[in-house]
Amino acid sequence: MTLQLCVKAHYFRDASRFLTLYVGSTRAVHDQFGGACRGEILEHELLGNVSYEPTELVITARCGTPLSDLEAALAERDQMLVFEPPHLGVDATVGGTVACGLSGPRRPFAGAVRDTVLGVKLINGQGEALTFGGQVMKNVAGYDLSRVMCGALGTLGVILEASFKVLPKPSIEATRRIESTLPEAIDRMNRWAGQPLPLSAACHDGEALYLRLSGAESAVHAGERKLGGDAVADGQRYWAELREQQHPFFGGDEPLWRLAVRSGAPQPDLPGRWIVDWCGGQRWLRTDAPASRIRAEAQALGGHAQCFRGGDREADVFHPLPDALMGLHRSLKAALDPKGILNPGRLYRDL
Amino acid sequence: MSFEYAPALDGDYPSVDLDILLGRLHQGVPTDAVLHAPEDLRPYECDGLAAYRQVPLAVVLPDSIEQVQHVMRICHQMRVPVVARGAGTGLSGGALPLNQGVLLSLTKFNRILHIDPLNRLARVQTGVRNLAISQAANPHGLYYAPDPSSQIACTIGGNVAENAGGVHCLKYGLTANNILALEVVTMEGERVSLGAEALDAAGYDMLALMTGSEGMLGVIVEVMVKLLPTPQVARVLMASYADVGKAGEAVGEIIAAGIIPGGLEMMDNPAIRAAEDFLHAGYPVEAAAILLCELDGTEEEVSDGIQRVHDILIASGATEVRVSASESERQMFWAGRKNAFPAVGRLSPDYYCIDGTIPRRELPGVLKAIAALSEEFGLRVANVFHAGDGNLHPLILFDANVSGELEKAEQLGARILELCVQVGGTITGEHGVGIEKIHEMCIQFRPLELEQFHAVKAAFDPQRLLNPGKAVPTLARCAEFGAMHVHNGQLPFPELERF
Repeated sequence: MTLQLCVKAHYFRDASRFLTLYVGSTRAVHDQFGGACRGEILEHELLGNVSYEPTELVITARCGTPLSDLEAALAERDQMLVFEPPHLGVDATVGGTVACGLSGPRRPFAGAVRDTVLGVKLINGQGEALTFGGQVMKNVAGYDLSRVMCGALGTLGVILEASFKVLPKPSIEATRRIESTLPEAIDRMNRWAGQPLPLSAACHDGEALYLRLSGAESAVHAGERKLGGDAVADGQRYWAELREQQHPFFGGDEPLWRLAVRSGAPQPDLPGRWIVDWCGGQRWLRTDAPASRIRAEAQALGGHAQCFRGGDREADVFHPLPDALMGLHRSLKAALDPKGILNPGRLYRDL
Repeated sequence: MSFEYAPALDGDYPSVDLDILLGRLHQGVPTDAVLHAPEDLRPYECDGLAAYRQVPLAVVLPDSIEQVQHVMRICHQMRVPVVARGAGTGLSGGALPLNQGVLLSLTKFNRILHIDPLNRLARVQTGVRNLAISQAANPHGLYYAPDPSSQIACTIGGNVAENAGGVHCLKYGLTANNILALEVVTMEGERVSLGAEALDAAGYDMLALMTGSEGMLGVIVEVMVKLLPTPQVARVLMASYADVGKAGEAVGEIIAAGIIPGGLEMMDNPAIRAAEDFLHAGYPVEAAAILLCELDGTEEEVSDGIQRVHDILIASGATEVRVSASESERQMFWAGRKNAFPAVGRLSPDYYCIDGTIPRRELPGVLKAIAALSEEFGLRVANVFHAGDGNLHPLILFDANVSGELEKAEQLGARILELCVQVGGTITGEHGVGIEKIHEMCIQFRPLELEQFHAVKAAFDPQRLLNPGKAVPTLARCAEFGAMHVHNGQLPFPELERF
């Protein structure tokens, strides 16, 4: 049975059956994304890059394409996905990358998944195959449903295919390590980010401040002189481990929280260990502090908190929304998946 | 005119007693902020697409979010359609009023509320002008990147509603990539915050959905934008070509070399001549095309890059390459491009600006096809092209006083947009659909996608009171259009009933 027929069949049957979408390593990390899904698993393996035109800076790939295949195709032409997607496992796919909406260390300087997605093909909750956006950089025809799919965790549609804007790889990269306390580091990285420097990553990992410069050789060298500190020989490895949560900080069973806050905000008053990435915009916290306290602190700093791993998986892991906004979420969900058959329980339990 | 609001096709609304409406509006909005005398309404009858005009029932000029909420609640209760408007510089008729609707003018929301240099963001009211944000951020060495050519006048709220672009999109993105949060008032009068000061927000990406939604989902009252550090230096190369195709290939070669210019623009011969006659910027009037390539960044990377691009341009067959030696020369090189529209405007009583996007590799074929269409319709066309991102702006020259020429210009424009779709592009890169391209939406999308758009619209505005008739055509309208528009011997919607 084709994927589309399968969704259609569920839509027309009684609503007691649900579908759970799993693509690649989405399965391995699935409990980051809300409650356990009810329903039968819809596995699909739509493989392959559909088209890639390096001089157009656009690549289109089917949802089941391994992310590493797509990245390898780009690397052959010295290009890359600028949002530096975390794989969090060996079998991450293109569809899962869009659905999860996660971005790596380059995010604050180059944009997220949602800034890169130009178009998607999807199947909505009624089993209709639809195409939104396209394969060109600028396109404002119709509502931007392609971007809305990013981070929607498959609750609005089964992504079949996605087109991304890609960019050339920088000629060189260099990483500097600077001794610094965490509060000092947050201030320094944000001040540097306000200056015309070719910064491409900024993180304090609890021990020191790490900054990455990317671009033309002359500009990177000039930036290195300006930043000072020490050169890190294997910078590439440092950022890859941070991106893939292989840094020792991420080991162990203590609950892992992700706080997205105003990048220059002072450190919240919460007990635990921290890694402050994204130039201060994404802060990882290992703590046993109560969820309500963590959420209140994150909110006070202009953002939100997600219980990324461990902790109480029965509670909502994402930050609760105000009533009016939750109402809009329910209406939007109903517009794309009227019977609520796609990934019920994901994102918010009562969506 | 090819578009006229048709209740049978676009939706019908109960007739409203103006006195009752005014009385209820006055309960929450000062008397002098509600206009209803015919002479007061006239200035609001059109936006930047002046070929379409319609006087609204009333114009309301609120100056607080509470007043906007009041207007929305009253209109919601009385089922009166609402069209929001910023500076009215839009080019697709998105702010065209409805004769039985309220026009909500947001020009009093003109305050910059907060500039935060450390976090590199600015919180501004919806009616703040695009350029004013960069001016306010300038003392901190920061600026707001999207720069639509109307940036002196256009408002940030309108920019968000249209997802406005500009000449720096390839490197810095559109409005969607440069905003963090919005305050929105729904049709029911509810105030909702979308996005966050953080780089992402919990839940669905409502910020993305609202951006470019053309006033169909909510009224934007406040915007938080990202600010970027002002590049240390910018320099421009101007290359002349005897052949348009070669200029197009040069663009691909610059990008293949791993260079992402801050701006990369192309003009064809008619556009070059118009600009040179207007400004005497020293443009090569004999060239078939020119490329303007701006590199920005640190001193070091720009001087490296200029040398590399110079070599690529020469190797690609440019007949002449000039590099701006000073800031004033850089401004001069750009002046011709930035004034291309008014310059072309001097060649002809009227011009009509088209806004399609194509995959860049299709440029030579598309320009050839446009030349053929220009001949077929007997109307001159000048082309300016955001070459870096594939956004093409053909300017069709016509005289509205000659009977039938406006219609001919519109037909020619529609044919060009169909061509864009055929080669894998889109009917609008940055100007929006509005009413102007409402019929072309029937070509770009199939009925299933249009129905999905309507379902999304209904999620925010079930009674279809926000900007009705714009952006997404009803299937009935597509069927009507299809009946007039037989394409390749086939109606686009053979399965639908004809009215």
